[in-house]
Amino acid sequence: MDLTLKIWRQKDAQSEGRFVTYQVKDISPDMSFLEMLDVLNEDLIRKGEDPVAFDHDCREGICGACGLYINGRAHGPLKGTTTCQLHMRHFRDGDTIVIEPWRAAPFPVIKDLVVDRSALDRILRAGGYISVNTGSAPEANSIPVPKEAADEAFDAATCIGCGACVAACKNASAMLFVAAKVSHLALLPQGQVEKRQRVLRMVAQMDEEGFGNCTNTYACEAECPKEISVSHIARMNREYLAALLTSGK
Amino acid sequence: MTLNAKIPEGPIEEKWTNHKNHLKLVSPANKRKFDIIVVGTGLAGASAAASLAELGYNVKVFCFQDSPRRAHSIAAQGGINAAKNYQNDGDSVWRLFYDTIKGGDYRAREANVYRLAELSVNIIDQAVAQGVPFAREYGGLLANRSFGGAQVSRTFYARGQTGQQLLLGAISAMNRQVDLGKVEVYPRHEMLDLVVVDGRARGIVTRNLLTGEIRSFSAHAVILATGGYGNVYYLSTNAKGSNATAIWRAYKRGAFFGNPCFSQIHPTCIPVSGHYQSKLTLMSESLRNDGRVWVPKKKGDRRPPNEIPEEERDYFLERKYPAFGNLVPRDVASRNIKEVCDEGRGVGPTGMAVYLDFSDAIKRLGRDVIEQRYGNLFEMYERITGENAYETPMRIYPAVHYIMGGLWVDYNLMTTIPGLFALGECNFSDHGANRLGASALMQGLADGYFIIPYTIGDYLAELGFEKVDAEHPAFKEAEKGVKEGIKRLLSINGQRTVDEIHRELGKVMWDYVGIVRSADGLNKALGMIRDLREEFWRNVKVVGSDEELNASLEKAGRVADFLELAELMAIDALHRNESCGCHFRVEYQTEEGEAKRDDEHFAYVAAWEYRGPDEPPRLHKEELSFEFVTPTQRSYK
Repeated sequence: MDLTLKIWRQKDAQSEGRFVTYQVKDISPDMSFLEMLDVLNEDLIRKGEDPVAFDHDCREGICGACGLYINGRAHGPLKGTTTCQLHMRHFRDGDTIVIEPWRAAPFPVIKDLVVDRSALDRILRAGGYISVNTGSAPEANSIPVPKEAADEAFDAATCIGCGACVAACKNASAMLFVAAKVSHLALLPQGQVEKRQRVLRMVAQMDEEGFGNCTNTYACEAECPKEISVSHIARMNREYLAALLTSGK
Repeated sequence: MTLNAKIPEGPIEEKWTNHKNHLKLVSPANKRKFDIIVVGTGLAGASAAASLAELGYNVKVFCFQDSPRRAHSIAAQGGINAAKNYQNDGDSVWRLFYDTIKGGDYRAREANVYRLAELSVNIIDQAVAQGVPFAREYGGLLANRSFGGAQVSRTFYARGQTGQQLLLGAISAMNRQVDLGKVEVYPRHEMLDLVVVDGRARGIVTRNLLTGEIRSFSAHAVILATGGYGNVYYLSTNAKGSNATAIWRAYKRGAFFGNPCFSQIHPTCIPVSGHYQSKLTLMSESLRNDGRVWVPKKKGDRRPPNEIPEEERDYFLERKYPAFGNLVPRDVASRNIKEVCDEGRGVGPTGMAVYLDFSDAIKRLGRDVIEQRYGNLFEMYERITGENAYETPMRIYPAVHYIMGGLWVDYNLMTTIPGLFALGECNFSDHGANRLGASALMQGLADGYFIIPYTIGDYLAELGFEKVDAEHPAFKEAEKGVKEGIKRLLSINGQRTVDEIHRELGKVMWDYVGIVRSADGLNKALGMIRDLREEFWRNVKVVGSDEELNASLEKAGRVADFLELAELMAIDALHRNESCGCHFRVEYQTEEGEAKRDDEHFAYVAAWEYRGPDEPPRLHKEELSFEFVTPTQRSYK
């Protein structure tokens, strides 16, 4: 199939960006979306032009590196799918596809479709862990964990940190991302000791990074490639409230 | 130089304990006087960084990804082995050790493998304490499943995302140390050289991938945990960025390279669909529990699978290996699949695939059961191929998956350059000539959590606090070399893209240094690799500048190193005149066509020494002695 691509090009964070239109031909329906961009980039390189920069690595939907805003949707039209797992059979010959980077103030554009998501790492470093030194762990089966709790914790822990939730949200809120970690650890007995401090610190860091507030549109859940439920946000809010009430602050 | 593996004396079950008792220590107050560099943030790198920082060392961590959490350990699906014996099915440290050494076709070091099995149990404890949500039974205790090459159930898992959960656990431990100010992370930094001063590793030179800045970092010790080099084959199940550059530069600075030709090719991956293919996706080994592998009996039979009657199908694994059937080990399955496709009996649009058919299992167990067992895999298959595997058989083909070879290390995980350590997949140590399923995660974490924190102290205690300044001429010389290399790549301005040449290299490697190897083929490959390398440096086209984010420049540097590493792999494969594990030389097979080891002449680790661009590498041998197990011929008939 032949396609028209309108791609956001931006030299660096300081420069002004703009859409540039490209034509790609003979695209196979079996190609992945990123392979289609590879074809475009190979053509650009042959012509001596600067290829389109985009983040990607594992190309199997788990590393969270890729993330493109495709026709107005984070990771494109397919539910529960990262950009790298989106295949061209979901488009039609002659389509025009608009490709943008994640748009959110805390994710400044680095170049073209590449943005800086280090804010997410900084939130996790503000207490998004259980303090246990190597070697001091008790026998693994000494603390039983109800299967339901373990399964729910897993559902939250499956977050790949791609930032689609932020990109999809009109407020650029990172609530689903933060809630996924808070909820994962709060559901497990091992996470209880630090849970109050954890939620307070992570939320404070989230605010400091400039992410917006949650207004319950659920756009994050709809666009999350791992289909993480907004119920984790509710849990985080409960945890936060409980922590506030007991912290004396 | 003679290789000294520093294997401790004594009975195998006491070696590690005795060794730890005699390693030199750095006192708690002195640890903060030492700086350690860790390159790579997968399971091995992240766990090492966290554990060393906990001890009090100052750690600097480097990765090329935008976040350490994206390292390719994240993609491991199946699980992690541990000899917990929670199932009461007779498992033990000894059995895990034995399965691993046999699975590796007796080309790994006994002492290392035993230690790995011993430490496996601590890994599970550590991960659970970090909050890794492993699968559990209704009673709240940990669940296990079975995996290839074992007769006990010892694999711990977190659905099909075990690597992700273990890595996020290790990264969270590392993040805690970042929070505490003991670890500094440098994402989007690529290590481009190792700096050696007076024979000791003293630091690295990196390129900031956003700005192009070339910068030196000095330290008391350098740890490489940079993963495998499966991407030398262009197509593999590795992430696109996975590369050999760090270990290759270390090799050129004097670190010996162990068994470079041992590369594992996984039998069940989604086949290539066209020339544009950028990577391959693994379909878990567990599918072979219920799927039957077959091809048409007739060559070139183009009928759709449901129109081929039962009597015209060849269930070739069941036919040739009645005892193990579809569950033969990875190397055996891969070889047989390639064979039937080479005969012209392959299926699908390219003819380079075989069927993995679930229709009998669905008839026997019902679709619901199959969906419960493999639902997510069927979904992934459909996402990629657009086909519904409940109705039509899956098509699968082998793909490069894991590299057993890597930098040679002694029992302390130190390379032949003092102060340079190699952890996880980038060292050669524990898997011999073939890795068993669910063992890679185990090794990465054992190395990082439980081995390096002990062994690095022994080195540092002797070294002393003094650090070499990053202004030292050795750093300046390395920086200059790196800058010149980059300038050279940008100045060629030829006709061919990096990917074109890389694809071509991959084809040579797949055809001649892949599943089946021969002396003729390897000699041919050597010529082709040299020609391709020559063409690369004459005719590659790299656009853009070196002062910005430039993916095509990054790729070019990595492919330049693959073009050299490929030659060493072919040399190693050519010199090893035997078949063992993944290394199948057509000249050395049994009458039934199985791998024929030659323990008399090849029971050694081949450790290659770099001797300059125009000199052939020199072979050093670390003889493997088997005191505790007796090597036997593997049979799966």
